[in-house]
Amino acid sequence: MLYFTRWKALGIILTALIVCLCAVPNFFPEAQVKTWPAWAQRRLVLGLDLQGGSYLLLEVDSNYVKKERLDQIRDDVRRTLRDAKIGFTGGVTVRNDAVEVRITKETDVQPALAKLRELSQPLGGLMGSSGQRDLEVADASGGVIRLSIPQAAMLDRMRKTIEQSIQIVERRVNELGTVEPVIQRQGNDRILVQVPGLQDPTRLKELLGKTAKMEFRMVDTSVPPDQAQAGRLPPESELLTSASPPPTPYVVKKQVLVAGGDLTDAQASFDQRTGEPVVSFKFNTSGARKFSQATTENVGLPFAIVLDNKVISAPVIREPITGGQGQISGNFTVQSANDLAILLRAGALPAPLTVVEERTVGPGLGQDSIEKGELAAYVGSILVVVFMLVTYRLFGVFANIAVTINVAMIFGLLSLLNATLTLPGIAGIVLTVGIAVDSNVLIYERIREELRGGRNAISAIDAGFKRALATILDSNITTFIAAAVLFYIGTGPVRGFAVTLGIGIITTVFTAFTLTRLIVAWWVRWKRPQSVPI
Amino acid sequence: MTQTVLIGLGVLIAILTVVAALGVLPSLRIVPDETHFDFTRFRRISFPISAALSIVAITLFFTHGLNLGIDFKGGTLLEVKAKSGTADIAAMRTSLDALGLGEVQLQQFGGPENVLIRVAEQPGGDAAQQAALQKLRGALGDSVDIQRTEVLGPRVAGELLAYGMLGLMLAIVAILIYLWFRFEWQFALGAMIANVHDIVLTIGFMSISQVDFDLTSIAALLTILGYSLNDTVVIYDRIREMLRRYKKMPMPQLLNESINSTLSRSIITHVTVTLALLALLLFGGHAIHSFTAVMMFGVVLVGTYTSIFIAAPILIYLGVGEHREDAPDTATPAKKSKA
Repeated sequence: MLYFTRWKALGIILTALIVCLCAVPNFFPEAQVKTWPAWAQRRLVLGLDLQGGSYLLLEVDSNYVKKERLDQIRDDVRRTLRDAKIGFTGGVTVRNDAVEVRITKETDVQPALAKLRELSQPLGGLMGSSGQRDLEVADASGGVIRLSIPQAAMLDRMRKTIEQSIQIVERRVNELGTVEPVIQRQGNDRILVQVPGLQDPTRLKELLGKTAKMEFRMVDTSVPPDQAQAGRLPPESELLTSASPPPTPYVVKKQVLVAGGDLTDAQASFDQRTGEPVVSFKFNTSGARKFSQATTENVGLPFAIVLDNKVISAPVIREPITGGQGQISGNFTVQSANDLAILLRAGALPAPLTVVEERTVGPGLGQDSIEKGELAAYVGSILVVVFMLVTYRLFGVFANIAVTINVAMIFGLLSLLNATLTLPGIAGIVLTVGIAVDSNVLIYERIREELRGGRNAISAIDAGFKRALATILDSNITTFIAAAVLFYIGTGPVRGFAVTLGIGIITTVFTAFTLTRLIVAWWVRWKRPQSVPI
Repeated sequence: MTQTVLIGLGVLIAILTVVAALGVLPSLRIVPDETHFDFTRFRRISFPISAALSIVAITLFFTHGLNLGIDFKGGTLLEVKAKSGTADIAAMRTSLDALGLGEVQLQQFGGPENVLIRVAEQPGGDAAQQAALQKLRGALGDSVDIQRTEVLGPRVAGELLAYGMLGLMLAIVAILIYLWFRFEWQFALGAMIANVHDIVLTIGFMSISQVDFDLTSIAALLTILGYSLNDTVVIYDRIREMLRRYKKMPMPQLLNESINSTLSRSIITHVTVTLALLALLLFGGHAIHSFTAVMMFGVVLVGTYTSIFIAAPILIYLGVGEHREDAPDTATPAKKSKA
């Protein structure tokens, strides 16, 4: 137990030294560390509770995604049957998470099934090998055909929706010009957004809360809005209200001339004549062609610029717009024009997002927490160190050296992992100091016992280590299991606690098995003690 | 001020280190070298006491309940700080009550300038919580700084609670499997009883003190679990060793010797953990105050008591060491034979 080969001793010291050195970048300002080589840039990240910032958990509305898909299927079914000249009665309806259609003639059912099955695509595109399809077409007796979305297809759709949403969220958040935002997928239908330093997330929530589905559609001039409200709404039109107060009704055709996806750029600017804030936009080639065609055909008629089913403005087309660019005016303030430009540039979300969890911490509170955490850490460490000195004297000095290296190694490993330090995380480190000395206590108490049992100094030390180490391993693994579970279930600050606790246990076991033993071994070799001052 | 204290303490440590290294002082013996307390006899008192306390704790849980924090209950929490002077809670209450958000709780927090505002979950799902936050921000106006906000919708809160409980169960099961693997099943069972005892008593403490029961409380509970087991395992390790060495010693005596020989370690370790927790409790700030208070209760009061007075003596009832003469050692003998 007390014999180390030269190589082993060197290995232990080098390992400890390298791990400790990993903590070095934390002592330099961030800007300076940025100029270092990439491998040296690893450092502790302060959690939002310490540096201040906003944490938002957004949820994608899965019902909306399902409804969108069912509506799309309904339209496809209608078109397919019309194209195939197959008659159906009672229209195509969405019922119980499925699309149903009743075929008029018994003999048409089989051909209709064949046609509708063509709508079903293999999952994962042409490369899909799972054999699953995105649509299930079934004959539900009585001439009714039922089209439903299989579970796997729905999951696949949600996955794609989330991926797309994350991209859009990323673009929108980046437009705010914040430092190092974190955007991650969480679970099946959630997106986590963390923005350090952002104290009031109201504007961020406004930006993320809009789907920003932009459409250019014609205003239906055949019916005045008041008559449409009374129920005389043509089937190809719908009733929308204006985005800015007071809510004014508009009858707008359902057909979309050009959609927001065809926009390549949008900027907030000022109208050259009136001086009011406007949003100017540019279309891509296909968008420009569609817009040019539509405006040429409809000179003199009003068209509506619709955002998330609200009419922003409904100007009259004075002349064909062929240049592929234009501007939107609509009672904007500078801020709202800017926000709309951001939304249009970033693109539309595939489904609405709702904030299901929000936490913010102001920078002042974070700084306060750091200071208190630091003070508690110092006081706690000092108390423990003094106690060990008083209790074990020389061996207390050994223990304190080991604990100091232990704490340095915790910081090193945390930096290496780019781990997040939270206030409970600091508490975890302080607790680790308390528990790290336990391994020393176990060893020393065992040595005392072996001495009382009549062994000589060296043999007692040897036996003390040998017996205590097994116990140290057993007892630490149980705490480690608790830390691992905590890491798995926890979020944010709690996870920070789990990380420091878990890493603390690893370094504690390491120092007990190697460093403490090495220090005592050196002392034994140097002193050749006849008695142990313990 | 604190800096001078820290420097002073640093100097003290340096002096102590030198003195300790020279070996001038006698070493401190908190626990005498040889103790022979009859711990197992206490089981006739400690078991009924623990059973009674557990019943009290469970009754408290069902009558008083836990003060569910926002993490598990949903709703809105704001921590505000007056921009100058002390916060005028009465004025705040009037303006916030007028919002029609149901019961608004205001509480002084830390210093006289800090106020904690809690609003219960609003009916109407996630969007309603956001609307409430917007109203609160508006009503508070410019006289205060909003230091911290937490808004949780009903579903997330429910999930967090379910997840927390699941984690607690998972941890107990995982630790049990490990103990079963390392010891015999009686030890695993004994540790589990001790475990549940710890958690039940701590939950009783949370119920009586009405500290916020939130995610950090789950963290505290898991830590208590870990440390209490740590302690139990140290004693069990010794019991196992003694079982192999003394084949004929009666169980109560064997348990007593095991507890007595690890007593010094148990006490010293608990002093160090207590010192660390004390520092956190006194200087760590109000943000982790309830976290450390719960931990103090669980680790220091309950944990130690449990390992000594419950976890070890219960092995007698679980039939550990009854057939030692006719049964060979179950664990690997080579690894742990005498040095």
